[in-house]
This record gives sequence, structure tokens and C-alpha cells, in this order.
Amino acid sequence: MTANAPSPNHLQLTRDGQLRHFLTLDGLGRELLTDILDTADSFIEVGERSIKKVPLLRGRTVVNLFFESSTRTRSTFELAAKRLSADVLNLDISTSATSKGESLSDTLLNLEAMASDMFVVRHSQSGAPHFIAESVTPGVAIINAGDGRHAHPTQAMLDMLTIRQHKGRFDGLKVAIVGDVLHSRVARSQIRALNELGAAEVRVIAPGTLLPRDVEDLGCTVEYDMTKGMRDLDVVIMLRLQKERMEGALLPSEREFYRLYGLSQDKLALASPDCIVMHPGPINRGVEIESAVADGPQSVILNQVTNGIAIRMAVMSMAMGGQVAERQQKQVDHEGARA
Amino acid sequence: MTALLDINRLLDELEKGLRGILTERGIEDPALIGIRTGGVWLADVIGKRLGIAEPFGELDISFYRDDFSRIGLNPRVLPSSLPFDTEGRDIILIDDVIMSGRTIRAAMNEIFDYGRPASVILATLVDLGARELPIQPDVAGSSLALAPHQRIKLRGPDPLYIELQESGQ
Repeated sequence: MTANAPSPNHLQLTRDGQLRHFLTLDGLGRELLTDILDTADSFIEVGERSIKKVPLLRGRTVVNLFFESSTRTRSTFELAAKRLSADVLNLDISTSATSKGESLSDTLLNLEAMASDMFVVRHSQSGAPHFIAESVTPGVAIINAGDGRHAHPTQAMLDMLTIRQHKGRFDGLKVAIVGDVLHSRVARSQIRALNELGAAEVRVIAPGTLLPRDVEDLGCTVEYDMTKGMRDLDVVIMLRLQKERMEGALLPSEREFYRLYGLSQDKLALASPDCIVMHPGPINRGVEIESAVADGPQSVILNQVTNGIAIRMAVMSMAMGGQVAERQQKQVDHEGARA
Repeated sequence: MTALLDINRLLDELEKGLRGILTERGIEDPALIGIRTGGVWLADVIGKRLGIAEPFGELDISFYRDDFSRIGLNPRVLPSSLPFDTEGRDIILIDDVIMSGRTIRAAMNEIFDYGRPASVILATLVDLGARELPIQPDVAGSSLALAPHQRIKLRGPDPLYIELQESGQ
């Protein structure tokens, strides 16, 4: 038995390899990642109908548990759950019970008592969604909406969906991730997904002070000089400068950062002519990216937002589906054991 | 049994039945929707036979199935595509086989999320009975009663034929 194995997949996959939680991309194979992208493609079509709703999660309750504030991620999760016909509860815990001294475990017990079926968790502590997935009642699905510096798997997958939409493939693609990799949970998930899906090269472009130690171990090459790093790129992903997470003097100044690592039209011209420009938002115009690039023909930044809803619908319905299939299987096993 | 499953005979019956209903109801401009996978192949064939030039719709009912809470999500779901506005249209909904009627219930729910059609005609190649819901085809190529160990499956798209499967003797 592997009951106490540290592998995240013991936690997030059912016996037959379906999702039951969505915590990290670590350990998820190309086939499952492709299934998520394919399912999301079908949900994109739903978003184009006059009634943008399907009955999959009708009668189920999804709780958005945000211990850290976020507008875009929370609202796209909310919209995704509503388009799946779930009832949605938004809890901004940073301003709620925990500040009155209630422990995380007690908060969860109370929410479970409200017959919740799924928690969408964002937390500033790495590993918080794992902790919750380990302690939650069986049958409740946990979706990671970003934890500390660790992972932001739905953001990475919506980026993969956007790349596949525009490039039609991953094989042979050269992709760069530019900027504040050190504080970015998205970058880790993106590097993982791009490698698993078969990108030819994942390059990180950043000053040494904004790179984690041993960043190459994540599966990428490193370039400190952006004018060199832009060469032959098919996709450039800009990261937001996370000023709120900066401790100490990691940057000389925003202006200096923009001069060296901001995506201007001049720098974009060094990449392949059909290179697409991505950014998880919110964008700091004139800090990471020039307005003319953000609003230009190569920018797919707003497609990313639309795709975010479809990816979240896919992950939520797949995880809920895994939970119900597992419950059904246990019942069959139970009856088999009694017979 | 082999003669009963002759695809061309069944298609002839289906075409004849549909022409009859369209004339009877005075429908001149029907829109076709096939349910994946077999129904889509049939929509293609029947559309040509009826001389419908407008592209047909394809429905994947995975998001509307009533057994999600038992088996979860179909991992091979494809996008539905309705290349026309369903609002006010006379729809011919086609599937290969009707049994419980649950697929058709799901398909009708999905169609109504695109708009309010003027009418829906249900056409199936084979009616196997064993209904669990009050849903009946307006036209069927044939009605069959299978033995418990028998299944039929439409294979296609080219050539299109019906396979009789015998299991667990």
C-alpha cells in the first residue's frame, strides 16, 4: 500500500487515474493535461451560446475560499462554477472568521457542515490546499487557486490552452517566461506544463535577483540578457512584478527594470514574427510591458481571461466527476464485500 | 436478423418517414442536428437524401447526461457545434439508436440552451424499445427487440453499416 506516500498524485488522483482534487501539475502526465485542455475546448463552445450554462454541477455547492485577495481568479472561478450550475459561496477569509481567531480546521468543519462539495482555495502559504485536501471529508474536491510561491495550476493550464489555440501544438515551440520568476507560483506551474506537453525549449529571462536558486532544475534554460533571450521565440510570457511580495532591495528601480526586462515593441521585434505575447494580469503598463505591445496584434492577454473560465469549468467538473465516480466505486466494493 | 439490419433499407424508411412528416406539417426549411457519434454520420447522409444544403449541427450531450453523479464526466467530450440559429427553426434531431430515451432528453435540454426551436422531430435509425422515459421517435428506420446478450452498433462513417454484437453466451 502507498497510503502514506508523499506523491501528490496519491492525493489528487483516483485509483483509475481520474482527477479528484487539482492541487499541482507535478506528477500529472501529458495525457491527463491534454484531457483537461480538450474538455476546456468544449466549455469554450458553451461560453459562446445564448445560454452559457450546463447542468453538470446542479445542486452542488462550491465554496471559493480566498485567504488572499484576488479579483480575476476569484471572479473567473465564480463564473465557471455558475456556468456549471453550482451554487457558489464566496468567502474572503482574510477579512473574516480567521481574523477573529478561528483556526483553519474549525473554519473548514463549519463549511463542511454547510454540505459543501468543493473548495477552491487560494492561500499565501505554500501547501495550504494540500493540507486541506488531506484533512477534508472524503467526497469534497479541493482546487488550488494559487498557494504561496508553490503553484497556480489553473493559471498555467489556461496559458497552455491559449498557446495551443494560437500555435496548434507544443512540439518544437520555444517559450520564454520573463520577469519576476522568484515570486511567481505561475512560472513553476508553467515550466512544468510546457515540459510535459513537449515544448522544445523553456527559457526564463530575468535578473539574477529575481530568480530562485537552482532554477534550471525546474526544467528551463536561463538568460539574463533579454535582447539575446528574445531570439526565435514563439511565445513570450510576461510575469507581473509582484511589488507586494518584494522584501528588501531586489530591484534598482522600476524604470531600470523596464529598460532591461520590459517588453517593448523593439524587443518584441527580435522574436519570431508570429510570436504571441501573454501576461497573467493584472498588467503594470510601462513596468513589465509597453502599452502598444499589451494592446497590439500579437497580444493574446484577453484570450487568456476567456480561456480561464473554460479551464476552470473543465477542472471543476473533472474533479467533481472523479469524486462521484470514486464514491460509486466504494459503494460497489462495499456491497461486494458484504455479498 | 441480417436483413433487418440492412442499412440502405433502414435509410430508405427513415427518408420516406421524414418526407411524410415534413409534407404533413408543411415544413420547408428544416435544420438537421445529429447526436455524436452515429447520429452525426446519419445527419450527413439524410441531409443529402433530403436535399438540405445547410450544414448540420453536431451535439455532444456529455455535459447534459443524467448519470454524472454516478459515473462522472465523459473524458472524451468534444465541443457541440450548431452552425445555425435554432430560434424559431424546425429541427430534425437524429440518433442511431433509441432505447431508454435518456440521450434524447439530454439532447433536447441542450438544444433549448441554444434557443427556442419552433418544433423538433425525432428520427432514429433503430428503435430498440426498453424505454424508461416518455419519449418516442416520430420516425424510425426499424423497430427491433434484441435478446439480452445482443447489442447493435452503427459503424461508419464510410462505409456506414450496422454491427450486431453477441456477448457472454
